[in-house]
Amino acid sequence: MTPLLALDPAYWQVTTLKGILALVVVPTTAAIIAFVFLFKFVSFMHNRLGPMEAGPHGSLQLLAEAGRFLQKEDLAPEQADKRIFRWAPIVVMVATFLIYVVIPAGPNAVIEDLPGGIYYVLAIASLSVLGILMAGWASANKYALLGALRAAGQLIAYELPMVLAVLGVVIQAGTINMQGIVAAQMGDGAEIFGLPIIGNPYILTQFVGMLIFITAIQAELSQTPFDMPVAESEIVGGYMVEYTGTRFLLFFLAEFSSAFAFAAIAATLFLGGWALPHAWGIPYGAMHVLGPFVLLAKTMAFALIIFWVRFTFPRLREDQLQKFAWKVLIPVALANIMLTAVLKVVF
Amino acid sequence: MTAVSDRQKLAYLAGQAADARVNVELETEGMVLNIGPQHPATHGTLRIVARLDGEQVVQAEPIMGYMHRGYEKLTEVRTYAQITALINRIDWVGSFANEVPFILAAERLMGIEAPPRAQWIRTILFEMGRMANIILFLGDMGIQVGALTPMFYAFRDREFILNQIEAVTGGRFHPNFDRIGGLKDDLPKGWIEDSHTAMAKVREICDIMEDVLLGAEIFEARTRGVGVIPPDVAMQFGLSGANARASGIDWDLRRDTDVGLPYGQVDWKVWTHPDGDSFARYWVRLQETREASLIVDQLLDTIPSGPVMAKVPRIIKVPEGEAYVATENPLGEMGFYVVSKGDLNPFRVKIKTASFNNLSITPWLLRGVYVPDIITILGSLYFILGDLDR
Repeated sequence: MTPLLALDPAYWQVTTLKGILALVVVPTTAAIIAFVFLFKFVSFMHNRLGPMEAGPHGSLQLLAEAGRFLQKEDLAPEQADKRIFRWAPIVVMVATFLIYVVIPAGPNAVIEDLPGGIYYVLAIASLSVLGILMAGWASANKYALLGALRAAGQLIAYELPMVLAVLGVVIQAGTINMQGIVAAQMGDGAEIFGLPIIGNPYILTQFVGMLIFITAIQAELSQTPFDMPVAESEIVGGYMVEYTGTRFLLFFLAEFSSAFAFAAIAATLFLGGWALPHAWGIPYGAMHVLGPFVLLAKTMAFALIIFWVRFTFPRLREDQLQKFAWKVLIPVALANIMLTAVLKVVF
Repeated sequence: MTAVSDRQKLAYLAGQAADARVNVELETEGMVLNIGPQHPATHGTLRIVARLDGEQVVQAEPIMGYMHRGYEKLTEVRTYAQITALINRIDWVGSFANEVPFILAAERLMGIEAPPRAQWIRTILFEMGRMANIILFLGDMGIQVGALTPMFYAFRDREFILNQIEAVTGGRFHPNFDRIGGLKDDLPKGWIEDSHTAMAKVREICDIMEDVLLGAEIFEARTRGVGVIPPDVAMQFGLSGANARASGIDWDLRRDTDVGLPYGQVDWKVWTHPDGDSFARYWVRLQETREASLIVDQLLDTIPSGPVMAKVPRIIKVPEGEAYVATENPLGEMGFYVVSKGDLNPFRVKIKTASFNNLSITPWLLRGVYVPDIITILGSLYFILGDLDR
């Protein structure tokens, strides 16, 4: 890798910078997603305006909300296991931070370019369920317990199709490194049907895999139609039912930030991440600046799908969700892998 | 509730013992989940005590009465004119429909008949109350199964009905417009044309709901086969209204009784569905809303001219006697049994509301379902807390 500027910072400086970046990125992405989709997009779907008062078109609404949450008293139920109750949102938050570690936003703009990037993401993604189980159990509330157990069952069921969907991409790219997957799609020599002009985004060749991946992240993020863990109309918010103030805010930020993170991973796997097709002839150095914006645009496309589905469909029942995962998604994902492997050998 | 025989008690205890044996074998422990009185799916203060085994309901019992306001007693200390303002609040989303059976009962006791124009307008407003009520249900059912968006469409288009009701009566929620012997006022100018437009909007929202909810596969998966009520069970529990018709019972008081509302003059149809599940209940209500808009359209075209008030004494004293009048209200059969001793106020008023009967089936219906289905079933039975507890 070439250094970004003619700088050679010391290790501790780089580490500090990366730490600060990681701290900034979670609230920022959560704010983007929450404002664009939760406040505005859904309002237009519902035939209303949404927040309009705080800032132009209500763009500072989340700041106002955050201010409100921060002022509230930090309450814990009488019967709760207080220590675990307090730590649970932090565990969920940390799990969200950790996903961002390997998402590349430019040639060098990645917190830690792990050799096994996508493998790491899939492993870390199941960490948040630990925090959710902690929250549900420690709340000493039956609704919370039901929600947490539903979340655990759901996340385990949907981890598998997600891994299998990613496997198709990995077979095609021949690497599990995130930068490697980006290069395989958009780098020099990437082409499809002899057309180097669009590179080789895997959305074309791995379309089935992408559908499975989107479905799985929908469940992973507990968005409707797979939102039984929170299900406001049945179990009144599930594992979050006893949380108020700052700790609720942490759950909220983690939810929307991880929505962004998973959309970014989908964009990296299926649309070529931060890169533009090599054939466009954009100088490599320019991508240092352009990369994050390209990634943002592609991520928003995936986030749009997530939230569009969320606000359109009713909720499935727990048993229907399990049936769907084990009887539909996993067989289709396995077939997809087989087909990909055969075609990889043939071509 | 019906009295429980010793045999039923023994059978129930045997069932519990069997459950306990299974639980001991699997080393599971039951859990009692209190749904309500404060819960988003109970539209107010209904409490359901559900004994759960995992996510499955072993036994559930509704506990009513958190909103009991003693309306039957309150009517005894009010004059007949004052009572309409009170009973408006029973089923608060289709309020005008509450006034009609009471006024009809009082009219029957006094031997007065409202002039034709008043009957027509009364029926139009009655049907508008029905639409205002059921459109709310059409959207609300979406929320119960987790779809947020239909609710907003339902609320948006419900406004057209409320505006029409407001234009005539001055009240959006509590019209208090029906009088013994007729109506308070005539229609305002241009109201009939506006109402035709509003009816077109109602049919439009019905089409939207058919697309957005009925057509959604997930909605079907959540409602089909959930909470099936066979017709004989529906009869035994005294279900009425759309809940009975969704079980295939072809019974509609608008058609089957003649209480002095001109339903015989219009060409309309009673919708039934053979399945008796939550989907059927939603489907029947949707068709009924559309049918109601067609009824109103026809009535608007045939409104006779004339006065809207019959000759009634200035001070209303109802002669001694008793009368029961029931009408097909949005939620089902609503009946007023009025006993008069010839005073300014009734001696006794017994109010029969549909929600109470419709909800009494829940212990039977909720056995063995999953927790999310409790909400679907409660949503599809459709009760209004004011109507339940009075």
